[in-house]
Amino acid sequence: MTQPEVAVPGGPAAGAGAGTPPDVIHNIGYRNYNGPRLGRGYARLALFSQSLRGAYGLGRSAKSKVLPMILFGAMCAPALIMVAVAIFADRTDLPVAYTRYAVILQAVITLFVAAQAPQSVSRDLRFKTTPLYFSRPIERVDYVAAKYAALTVALFLLTAIPLVILYVGALLAKLSFAHQTAGFAKGLVSVLLLSLLFAGIGLVIAAVTPRRGFGVAAIIAVFVVSYAAVSAVQGVASNQENYDAIGWLGLFSPITLVDGFQTWFLGATSAFPHAAGPANAGVGLLYLLVLLAVIAGTFGLLMNRYRKVGLS
Amino acid sequence: MIATESLSKRYPRVTALDRLSVDVTPGVTGLVGANGAGKSTLIKILLGLSPATEGRAAVLGLDVATDGPQIRSLVGYMPEHDCLPPDVSATEFVVHMARMSGLPPTAARERTADTLRHVGLYEERYRPMGGYSTGMKQRVKLAQALVHDPKLVLLDEPTNGLDPTGRDEMLGLIRRVHTDFGISVLVTSHLLGELERTSDHIVVIDGGKLLRASSTSEFTQATASLAVEVTDREGELLTLLTGAGLTAQASGHLLLVDIADEATYDTVRDAVAGLGVGLVRMEQRRHRIAELFIDDDTTATREDAPSKEGDGRDAA
Repeated sequence: MTQPEVAVPGGPAAGAGAGTPPDVIHNIGYRNYNGPRLGRGYARLALFSQSLRGAYGLGRSAKSKVLPMILFGAMCAPALIMVAVAIFADRTDLPVAYTRYAVILQAVITLFVAAQAPQSVSRDLRFKTTPLYFSRPIERVDYVAAKYAALTVALFLLTAIPLVILYVGALLAKLSFAHQTAGFAKGLVSVLLLSLLFAGIGLVIAAVTPRRGFGVAAIIAVFVVSYAAVSAVQGVASNQENYDAIGWLGLFSPITLVDGFQTWFLGATSAFPHAAGPANAGVGLLYLLVLLAVIAGTFGLLMNRYRKVGLS
Repeated sequence: MIATESLSKRYPRVTALDRLSVDVTPGVTGLVGANGAGKSTLIKILLGLSPATEGRAAVLGLDVATDGPQIRSLVGYMPEHDCLPPDVSATEFVVHMARMSGLPPTAARERTADTLRHVGLYEERYRPMGGYSTGMKQRVKLAQALVHDPKLVLLDEPTNGLDPTGRDEMLGLIRRVHTDFGISVLVTSHLLGELERTSDHIVVIDGGKLLRASSTSEFTQATASLAVEVTDREGELLTLLTGAGLTAQASGHLLLVDIADEATYDTVRDAVAGLGVGLVRMEQRRHRIAELFIDDDTTATREDAPSKEGDGRDAA
């Protein structure tokens, strides 16, 4: 096929300088690769970093950077405002607890998952790139783990950076160091679990909807509808002063699951009506178990999903 | 390169491969079969992605059942279908695929630039692939299979969807993958005609069974014949040619002469000139895939469907 042949450019000009050898472009032909082949672990890491960068539109078109960056800004802006308030209004504590921050901004997190989970997996399915991945040294579990970890880390960055802003701001405002550090640590645990949970649910839905638009809509629907339903029924229970039921109901939507878990284990103030939270240790433990089961379950579902995709 | 031993793959309702035993030696090997003959299934098994129901297979001396990842790091695969995301450039995509094969970042960039140049993609490699022609896409697909310098590439229907010129270019490129790059090739097609010119060896499978495996030269010897059309006196010509020791038969206005060696052409020319008639045409003709099947009694029934596909290539 067309291949640059040996060329001697320069012509008369190059020939003029006597003694200087003329510039030559050599056609070096095909070269074999004898360098290292780093194998499976490295390939998994490459897929992870490509997916993580992709979640923020890095290494992709300018257009695909817009939404994640806007959402990232929307997550951080309230934290900056709160920090400003804490510093200038001479308060003794931040206006919002670390564990509460993500719950308040759940809409932004949901939008991020809805936009980026399909970006991460639906594209590979839609454009049939997955067979190329599986023709590489990685195994199914590597693909799933890399995608899961990438979206989890992307969400963790989205939710933890505002907490860092809050924490740094709180220290600048000379609020109690011990109290703030404890709150910050609990906040990080909370958003880590939230990231795992949201990433898992988002990826499972995205992995069964190759059309990206449907994936986005389905993810938003699952998060919003389940939250709306749980809140509505909790409202009814609250009117009937059935506070135990409120605690139970929280198990049925992702964000209330995180809320109930952190209320019991991290001493957070619940966003449920009357700040009801799990009624007793049994229900509190159940929150933890359900949370872990959903995370493990979504991983299992993804593994199962890619069993079928294989090469075709 | 590849050795399979009574390899079978059965799905609940179909048998995709039926006790297939083939040996693929270094060089370019064509795997021919109609759609659904089991070509893609075989490739999946060879990559260690789909377990065989029974039998064994080894690629580069590695067992497909246990050494899948190692095989895949030394083998390239070009799928039959589209597999390119439209919103990234060829360079970015191939670099990523190189890293997925275990190449360190710098090596991945260098190899990508080299490989894309070798498959004939230049400035356009920085543009998003959504705007590429089918021919360019096929080249990127080939490049991603070659980027990690494999010992063997498996190409699944690489000429699919290409126009005649594109086909010829792709076939030339495949030939070069072996001659210039030193990489062995297993290329599938449902057209025997196009693989004859590219491959050193041909393996024909049908319904998951091995029909025939031999070197291309044997194929050509067994199948080449010369079609001769003259303006008049076909009968006398036939007698002359048979008298000269050639095997010939009349087929309507055409005479089909088996090519024994180079001298056959001269004999025909002299005979026609001797008769003083006009020579309308004299062309080399290969037997079609259908005629191959007739050689095997068992599959004579399948002659119709593949023969049409064979014709398609000749016409092109």
